[in-house]
Amino acid sequence: MKQIKVLGSGCRNCEITANVIAQAAKDAGVEVRIEKVTDIAEIMVYGVMSTPGVVVDDKVVHAGGIPGPDQVRAWVRE
Amino acid sequence: MFDAFSNALAFGLLALDPSSRTGAAVQFFIMDVAKIFVLLFVVIYAMGLLRALVAPERVREFVRGRPDWQARGLAVSLGAVTPFCSCSSVPLFIGFVEAGIPLGVTFSFLIASPMINEVAAVILVGILGWKLAALYVVAGLVVAWFGGIVMQRFRPERWVEDYVWQIQVGKADLPKPDTSFAGRHRYALAEVREIVGRIWTWVLVGIGVGALFHGFVPADWVSENLGGDSWYTVPAAVVLGIPLYSNATGVIPVAEAMLGKGVAVGTTLALMMSVAALSLPELLILRKVIQWQALALFAGVLAVAFTLVGWGFNAIV
Repeated sequence: MKQIKVLGSGCRNCEITANVIAQAAKDAGVEVRIEKVTDIAEIMVYGVMSTPGVVVDDKVVHAGGIPGPDQVRAWVRE
Repeated sequence: MFDAFSNALAFGLLALDPSSRTGAAVQFFIMDVAKIFVLLFVVIYAMGLLRALVAPERVREFVRGRPDWQARGLAVSLGAVTPFCSCSSVPLFIGFVEAGIPLGVTFSFLIASPMINEVAAVILVGILGWKLAALYVVAGLVVAWFGGIVMQRFRPERWVEDYVWQIQVGKADLPKPDTSFAGRHRYALAEVREIVGRIWTWVLVGIGVGALFHGFVPADWVSENLGGDSWYTVPAAVVLGIPLYSNATGVIPVAEAMLGKGVAVGTTLALMMSVAALSLPELLILRKVIQWQALALFAGVLAVAFTLVGWGFNAIV
């Protein structure tokens, strides 16, 4: 199962990002595990400074701002 | 064009009296909403196409390991072109510290970033003219430059929370940007959605305050009390700006209304800077990484700098 992490210290955009990904996975019928990472030390390990960041299977795919719908679809499908 | 449109809407469609206070305020509101939002969309889209907006991860790579003056120059100028969300200030601060960037340089970046950005600069030119836009940008760069140097003098390292020094920052292996035209277009649209979505409330509130000021504050009272003759109006403007917070774009319509009624240029600039760069909620976010002594110092240095800028311009103009 795909592991998706949303990095961000609980700002509104992080919530939205997590929800967008969950919805896209549901629409695509793909099972994913979404984890919200709020601990700042853990976020920094990924080298992400602009939140929200998105990590798919331990690879940073996005940093800063809410990701676009095409991007999110690609993450849950590939 | 915007003039004709707002006149038609306010005085034609809504049948308000152009000489009444409400009429003047409503016309101002409609004109600025149209003008500023059109400018916002166009400017952010254009910047997005050029990919002129720089991500903080890249700023860190540019700045690290350079001699002090170079690092500061880069931090100030990149701060001015980095769209910055206050929710990122903590990871940004830690990232800079971990890269060995001097704290004074980091503070220069933290001052420049919310105060100046190219979107606000273009809108300033559109609303207030290029002279005031240049004054604001240059004054902001100077304050960011020297503000960081003054902060460094106080050895702020001793106030950084211990855990910050321990954090290891990984290397972000961000995906390569798609540089085809379609990719740039997608990116630009996403930027418009993201930035406008973040700041539109500030901008609307700013226009509302500007419209009320324009319509209901009598010009005689302004020229008597805020014309720049009395020394205390500048520090008063700065103090007023500390609890008030808005985005750099949001304060522009307020400044427009103030200048229109004859508030002195220095006083207006001091208020703009204080509202955009000095805000309690933002300072409190930084409390996670630095102790309150450093926050108080940061606020104090900025307040003094904005006051000096205000007095300076009031004396010259």
